[in-house]
Amino acid sequence: MAIRINGSDVAVPDDARVSLLDLLREGLHLTGTKVGCNQGACGACTVLIDGQRVLSCLTLAAQADGRSVTTIEGLGSGSDLHPLQVAFIEHDGFQCGYCTPGQICAAAAMLREVEAGIPSYVTADLAAERLTLSREEVRERMSGNLCRCGAHNGIVEAILRVAAEHAA
Amino acid sequence: MSKTQNAIISSVRTVMGWVPAQWLPGGTPDPLIERRAAIGRQASRLDGPLKVAGEARFAAEVAMDRLCYAALVHSPVTRGRITRLDTGAAETAPGVILVMTHRTMPRIGTLPLIGITDLSAVGNSSIPIMLDAEIRYNGQVVAAVVAETQEQADHAASLIEIDYAIDAARTRFQDARPDARTPASLLMDKNHVSIGNAERELKRAPHRVDNMYRTPAQNHNAIELHAVTAAWEGDSLVLHDATQMIAPSAAALAKLFGLKREQVRVLSPFVGGGFGGKGLWDHQIVAIAAARLAGRPLRLMLSREGVYRMIGGRSPSEQRVAIGADAEGRFTALLHTGYSVMPPYGACPEPYTLGTRALYGARSFEIMQRHLDLDIVPNTFMRAPGEAIGSFAVESAIDELAHAMGVDPIALRLRNLPERHPISGAPFSQHALGQAYAEGAKRFGWDRRHAEPGTVREGEWRIGMGCATGSFPYARMPGANVRITLRGDGTAVIACSAQEMGMGTATVQAQHAADRLGLPLEAISVELGDSALPAAPMAGGSSQTASIAGAIAAAATKLAGELLRLAGNDSPIAGLRAGEVQLVEEGIASIADPTRRESYRSILARAAREAIAVTAAGSAPLEFLKFAMHSSSAIFCELRVSAVTGEVRVDRLLGSFDCGTILNPKTAASQFRGGMIMGLGLALMEETLFDERSGRIMNPSLADYHIPAHLDVPEIDVIWTGIPDPRSPLGARGIGEIGITGVAAAVANAVFNATGKRIRDLPITLDKLL
Amino acid sequence: MTPISYSRATSVAEAGRLADGAGARLLGGGTNLVDLMRKGVERPSRLVDVSGLSDAIELARSGSLVIGAAARNSAVAAHPLVRQRYPMLARAILAGASAQIRNMATVGGNLMQRTRCLYFADVAGSRCNKREPGSGCDAVGGFNRYHAVLGTSPACIAAHPSDMCVALAALDARVQVSGPGGDRMIPLVDFHRLPGDRPDRDTVLDPGEVIVAVELPASPFAGRSAYRKVRDRSSYAFALVSVAAGLTMREGRIEEVAIAFGGIAPKPWRASRAEAVLRGGPAAGAAFAAAADAELADAAPLAGNAFKLALTRRTLEAVLSELTGGSL
Repeated sequence: MAIRINGSDVAVPDDARVSLLDLLREGLHLTGTKVGCNQGACGACTVLIDGQRVLSCLTLAAQADGRSVTTIEGLGSGSDLHPLQVAFIEHDGFQCGYCTPGQICAAAAMLREVEAGIPSYVTADLAAERLTLSREEVRERMSGNLCRCGAHNGIVEAILRVAAEHAA
Repeated sequence: MSKTQNAIISSVRTVMGWVPAQWLPGGTPDPLIERRAAIGRQASRLDGPLKVAGEARFAAEVAMDRLCYAALVHSPVTRGRITRLDTGAAETAPGVILVMTHRTMPRIGTLPLIGITDLSAVGNSSIPIMLDAEIRYNGQVVAAVVAETQEQADHAASLIEIDYAIDAARTRFQDARPDARTPASLLMDKNHVSIGNAERELKRAPHRVDNMYRTPAQNHNAIELHAVTAAWEGDSLVLHDATQMIAPSAAALAKLFGLKREQVRVLSPFVGGGFGGKGLWDHQIVAIAAARLAGRPLRLMLSREGVYRMIGGRSPSEQRVAIGADAEGRFTALLHTGYSVMPPYGACPEPYTLGTRALYGARSFEIMQRHLDLDIVPNTFMRAPGEAIGSFAVESAIDELAHAMGVDPIALRLRNLPERHPISGAPFSQHALGQAYAEGAKRFGWDRRHAEPGTVREGEWRIGMGCATGSFPYARMPGANVRITLRGDGTAVIACSAQEMGMGTATVQAQHAADRLGLPLEAISVELGDSALPAAPMAGGSSQTASIAGAIAAAATKLAGELLRLAGNDSPIAGLRAGEVQLVEEGIASIADPTRRESYRSILARAAREAIAVTAAGSAPLEFLKFAMHSSSAIFCELRVSAVTGEVRVDRLLGSFDCGTILNPKTAASQFRGGMIMGLGLALMEETLFDERSGRIMNPSLADYHIPAHLDVPEIDVIWTGIPDPRSPLGARGIGEIGITGVAAAVANAVFNATGKRIRDLPITLDKLL
Repeated sequence: MTPISYSRATSVAEAGRLADGAGARLLGGGTNLVDLMRKGVERPSRLVDVSGLSDAIELARSGSLVIGAAARNSAVAAHPLVRQRYPMLARAILAGASAQIRNMATVGGNLMQRTRCLYFADVAGSRCNKREPGSGCDAVGGFNRYHAVLGTSPACIAAHPSDMCVALAALDARVQVSGPGGDRMIPLVDFHRLPGDRPDRDTVLDPGEVIVAVELPASPFAGRSAYRKVRDRSSYAFALVSVAAGLTMREGRIEEVAIAFGGIAPKPWRASRAEAVLRGGPAAGAAFAAAADAELADAAPLAGNAFKLALTRRTLEAVLSELTGGSL
């Protein structure tokens, strides 16, 4: 019984009610993952499980048993920032910084989804194998991450920049 | 706010009118307006690396030994009293440490309400906090459970049984009108303004509009939930709080709990959004009391529902705006009256008519607000209180008048721009709304707008453009203190208790201090967010930047005096007085003869000092009592309305701002955009659903209270005049709130241009356009 | 949240066994159930995690596409066969919730999700017959903007929240369930119940029954189908009205047609009356209007949701016009 979190094995808590979010924040002091609603309505708690973005507030820690979790702390820190983290600073993709880790985790997974050719609600041709990452596509795909300070333009800009650099 | 207050403020204003400008703060323009290096530069946020890595510590993220967790129980009843309280099951539930109710809550006083006379008066409500069995509003906190884990506390809270005797409650906006109160003043201004006979002028006017506008209740919805981690260390209290009023909270809590000011330390280095909502409410006090009873450090994070239940938002309003104009479009009458909610136990009026006084000239005015008394969670200030919704009514009305007269709405506005403040007659310190309109209109392509509504169509989409004026007054608060520590290695630390909620406070004040002290930006570090630092006022009224800037300027002057003293008689600057020197190029130099200078390093080395520190308070903010100091903006919007579904999609939004000097274009643009996006929410989707049958908020969640999602937000263009205000520190006026103002009207006006439908009732949801 | 035990089922039979009994709930992605547990709407003592059961998406010999109940919503929407043969379903799934939630939510869980009625969610302060039968309904005289206009009862006006199920209803999907009484196939349109006087029962599932898979028969509509969702925010919001529609044309006339509505009924609403009006008829505005009239004839709107009649009508007409007009 263990959850792999940022490369280290962590025991599943005894209390089955404990969410992955609470395990991270209260149990492990990995407070980069944020709580904004605790009900799946804001995206601040986004983490990656086996590479896919999910909401840690609605994931019971027990459900993550045997799986691999990456949080913002595992994505990059200090002098080893992820390109998205760098781009968020450069394009001012945040103000208060509270929704930011969730936005960045979501964006990291989202870029992989696009690479895999997975369409979105605004993709015109669902059967197409290749996607063009327009602004509208980024916005729709990031809509599960709310931001109240209104850093949306900077977030989209940062993501597009990283996507372009990656493609180049 | 009383008649006495009106008399005092009006006499101070009268005196200020006689005092020569040079005697006042801002009388001589701040020299940094002309001499800038770091100010005005694009600078990334200093706290960026921490925030993107998730390493910025928020209030609920402080690790502590023996930490316990609290959960709250809220009254589902609106008025009445508790008749039975059974906490037995909760107390014996696993992990529970204690249950606190009005029976066990330590006896404390009540908070002084937010006011302008006492800066530690920060209470949003005068209702006793969990001290009696009375229920005054739906959602009031009635019990707290403390347990070893959050899960245990939450579960035990659900086991508490409470019976209530229910009394009739006042919950209906329309029913409360007959008993409406007419306050004597609104914040610093008289409530009732009557110049000429506006009703008569309106009747006589060849052109007129006269309509009602309605705006719903709204909530701040900062993504970070309200949270505290409270720890008693003996008789001293350490509170990690999510607050936008650090020093005032510390002072207020000390009074409330009978402690000395030094016994309370409030820390809040980062706040996950505030917008007016992160003040001192019941939850901090309950948490502090519970931590004391538990004898352990305690964490309380409100649930999202809890935030709606016990943190008030923006009041709903019903506003009448009537404008009369002569044949040339000059306003002969401007009437703005209406109702909003402010229970007697609340502290915060929603001053939606304040902006109306400063924007347009008119031959006659009739302006007055009335307060309705409902049994609700006390409403509070939310981003641009007053202006955000007042501008919706007035700027919609002007658009209606322009359409009725067949003139361009920008031309109509420009025709009525005043030379001086229309009510007080005070001169504007700086005012360039006309220029903001001209530049905004050009960049936006306003000339491509079709004046006739409903004429542009693309497939199922009707397309329209609209514009509106936004405005917000300048403010600088008294009681701002800053410590500057200048080190022998040529670096400096700026320290004060101010708050960082995303405005970029540290970044911008580092830029300021660099220029003020003549140091490179890299040499400056900024410490904020701790009440142990020199006290700064709360973050409110878009005043923080100017308030701290004023204090840094005062401290720099004091520092110059200290350096002169320290330099002594063996220095090239010997004999100069404080007024004759300036701080430039990492040293102090004669203004008259810049070759007479000595570097900081040299002075400190010679005096064998590692560092010198000075603390100073900003001057009394009298400048805005003499001058009319207002920021303004021209907001432009282009949108589509589906002819099929009524859905509105905003395609383009532009804000052209006149806000004085822009200190950091990168963070300023973000603040403008952020305000404008909240304005989009206000226009199109935000509404706190208050069930008037029960007095209960029914959508206390981010799933059911919609704020804009990424797909709702277009690229937003932001420009500014950048003309310095000669009366303010750095020439800057606050920019945190003006962004939201005018946006709802610009959207509503664009919807009218697209469809021919005038929506006077926010939010503009699709059903109103079917 | 009440204390719970958690276990993982390794087979359908085990899931059925573990779930048979008071206080047990099957757990898919948890996106709805965990939220309802936190609110106190659901108070199970035992969770049986069925997300490890079959999530396969495979073509059966019959030509049907069989989707394991544990398949994540995002996996279904991304599957090439779904995108090519059932684009309406892919679009419907992609219209729902957010990418994160779609990555978590399972197909079985989506079928079982409960209404988003504000009064249903408000345990402490509101009456709700769905939550507590016989207690009353505070939605009727309250905020009912999101509520149903078709198929309601005096006891309940709650709307079904799913997007995915609306497409499944239009696609003649069948739900394969397994239980103590054996296996059975339930047409999707019969899977959810109308409230009547038992609004607490959302579906026809019997105790101990487990959803195994959803079967999609071969569809003739891949070339002309759509899912259009109308909502208060452009993304990450539940539908006010949604329309799933597919049709085939022959010599300028509508040959086959399937239509389902979301957001306006207690269950995914197959618009059979509208289909009957359209089938074999001309692809013309008058026919579209007549179809909407037929389907909405029995509607029972309330103060807050009366606009849905016009909105449904207009959205249906627009979708039909688009599907019959171009070479979609």
